[in-house]
Amino acid sequence: MATDTLIRPDRPLDLEAVPDRRPRHWPFSPWHFFLIPLALIMLMPLIWSVITSLETASEAQRFPPVLIPKALHFSNYVDAWNSLPFGHFFLNSFLYSLATVAGNLLFCSLAAYAFARLRFVGSNLLFVLLLVTLMVPFQVVLIPTFLIVRHLGLIDSVGGLIVPNLCGVFGIFLLRQFFQSLPVELEEAARIDGASRLGVFLKIVLPLSAPVLATLAIIQFMWSWNDFLWPLIIITSPEHSPLQLGLSMFQGAHVTNWNLLMAGTVMSQIPMLAVFLFAQRWFIQSIAYTGIKQ
Amino acid sequence: MADVSFRDVTKEFPGATVAVDRLTLDIPDGEFMILVGPSGCGKTTALRLVAGLETATSGSIEIAGKNVTHLSPRDRDIAMVFQNYALYPHMTVYKNLAFGLRQRKTAKAEVDRRVTEVSAMLGLDELLARRPAQLSGGQRQRVAMGRALVREPKAFLLDEPLSNLDAKLRVQMRAELKRLHQQLNVTTIYVTHDQIEAMTLGDRLAVMSAGKLQQVGTPQDVYERPTNVFVAHFIGSPPMNLLQATVAEGRAQAGDLSVELPQVPEGPCIIGIRPDSLSLREPDDSRSALDFDIEVVEPLGGELLAHGSVNGHLASPDTREETPVLAADSESRAEITAKLDGRLRLKAGERVRLAVHPGEVYAFDAATGDALR
Ligand SMILES: Nc1ncnc2c1ncn2[C@@H]1O[C@H](COP(=O)(O)OP(=O)(O)OP(=O)(O)O)[C@@H](O)[C@H]1O
Ligand SMILES: [Mg+2]
Repeated sequence: MATDTLIRPDRPLDLEAVPDRRPRHWPFSPWHFFLIPLALIMLMPLIWSVITSLETASEAQRFPPVLIPKALHFSNYVDAWNSLPFGHFFLNSFLYSLATVAGNLLFCSLAAYAFARLRFVGSNLLFVLLLVTLMVPFQVVLIPTFLIVRHLGLIDSVGGLIVPNLCGVFGIFLLRQFFQSLPVELEEAARIDGASRLGVFLKIVLPLSAPVLATLAIIQFMWSWNDFLWPLIIITSPEHSPLQLGLSMFQGAHVTNWNLLMAGTVMSQIPMLAVFLFAQRWFIQSIAYTGIKQ
Repeated sequence: MADVSFRDVTKEFPGATVAVDRLTLDIPDGEFMILVGPSGCGKTTALRLVAGLETATSGSIEIAGKNVTHLSPRDRDIAMVFQNYALYPHMTVYKNLAFGLRQRKTAKAEVDRRVTEVSAMLGLDELLARRPAQLSGGQRQRVAMGRALVREPKAFLLDEPLSNLDAKLRVQMRAELKRLHQQLNVTTIYVTHDQIEAMTLGDRLAVMSAGKLQQVGTPQDVYERPTNVFVAHFIGSPPMNLLQATVAEGRAQAGDLSVELPQVPEGPCIIGIRPDSLSLREPDDSRSALDFDIEVVEPLGGELLAHGSVNGHLASPDTREETPVLAADSESRAEITAKLDGRLRLKAGERVRLAVHPGEVYAFDAATGDALR
């Protein structure tokens, strides 16, 4: 196209008229002057917690914070690990997160497919009702949920964490929108080819939904991994605590071991970071996907 | 292989859209049946009813003498080729072809044998490891055909399978489809709104309009003896010229054209003249003539199309929309098209005298649109 406009016999060659969008001298965009400071501001809490995790207890107490410690005390990590049952915490967090991820993938996708494709009486009303519950804050349903979990005999157990979070409305909504955007002819072709409803779902719909399923898995993993309020309500014993609740044990009534707490916090974020880095390509792709339905 | 029958089938969609209206049609074993009609006339719906993707509101559908009206698609043993092909994007060509067989628990060796056979037949051998996204439009079309062929179904349903191809490929695939059908002889229902496909491919045509079956017959039959003014106008390209006329004493008068139509009852009627029935020959005793003002000339090589006007009133192929006007009113002009010898040198603005043989003039009832002879 550029050559088309450049070489036109009816007009003299005018190089000045061709706009060159790149600034000549900077290897980066001027936007970076704005974005880099912004990124630093966003990163500040993270940087601060990593620094604190390497300070002595007295440095960590100080305010304004000591941002350049005298020495780096990596031993804080060992001390933190040894002072609380971190093995249990990690195990519980993994159990909680993986079980809720599995539950959401299974139940949400089935429910979402039904809402997207099956015609049944009251399906729209039911879906709207589900969406409405998204607007109800967790605090409102906290007590009823607690009562149900107590009836199930799951108070102070990892099971009590998992069961109420096996299927979320957000997941149903996300997947339904995606399923609806898949061309229906693919499913019709498969049905003519001899697949059952379930066969169509398993062999056509799910494989094509890998990006959105990955998204749901990450979001749910993150959510469960970072959940604090619900474990706080139902878990009392340290050996059933997930990480976020366990970490709060560093916060005593009178003193808080900030350096150890931050060491534990940094450790607790490593799996999250790993999961996100591993799957971010899919994640971003499908968040963008849900916006542009054909 | 089997025959397919519609028995008084009606399909009504919510919102009182009657997509298929009391359709009765028998398609014998091995026939290539073409469904044609204008957009929205219910062709796709009729096909989907056979496939089991829609359920008839009333009436019944039979395949091989068995009532399948309430069977699910998988139990009907038919194959369908969709307009956009609907290839499974996450599977290779091989898996696309094999999917239907695997669903039916065919033994692996047999699957392999049939996929190989069909891919050889369609020239897909080289492409078996590719995904649909890595194929050209024509190759996708072949895979879609292949997916239908491997199943060896009772009937093929094809919904405008060539409409996404470019003109050259379409001609090539059309010939290939015809060859395949001659070779396999499987009952086929083929939806199109392409005139040439309809005329060349089908053993018989079924012309539909607004959900209703208008006429069934061989292409020649439908072209030469349309049962009503709609079919007459729809089949044939360019379409038949339709003029309002009045019949008195065995002659029809339309503008300055006067044709002898002895069997037609007195009163208003519609006369139809195909563009290729018009010629520049000198009018004689056997021919009638009319003055024609040429407006546009389209040379097509061996032939040319002349668009222009004559005295008279156009008649609409949809008789319901029409308000009858006095055909004798000589003020009004009607736009018609003539297909003439391509060697003629005609210019826009010229006035010529066109002749037509009365035997090639169609007549239709002005109120119902039914053919009058
Ligand atoms: N799922 C549906 N719900 C409601 N109305 C429908 C549905 N499918 C088709 N229709 C209507 O039924 C009528 C026939 O549609 P159909 O798709 O069979 O037409 P067609 O002859 O295949 O047209 P085209 O040549 O444009 O493909 C149309 O008026 C259409 O709007
Ligand atoms: Mg259609």
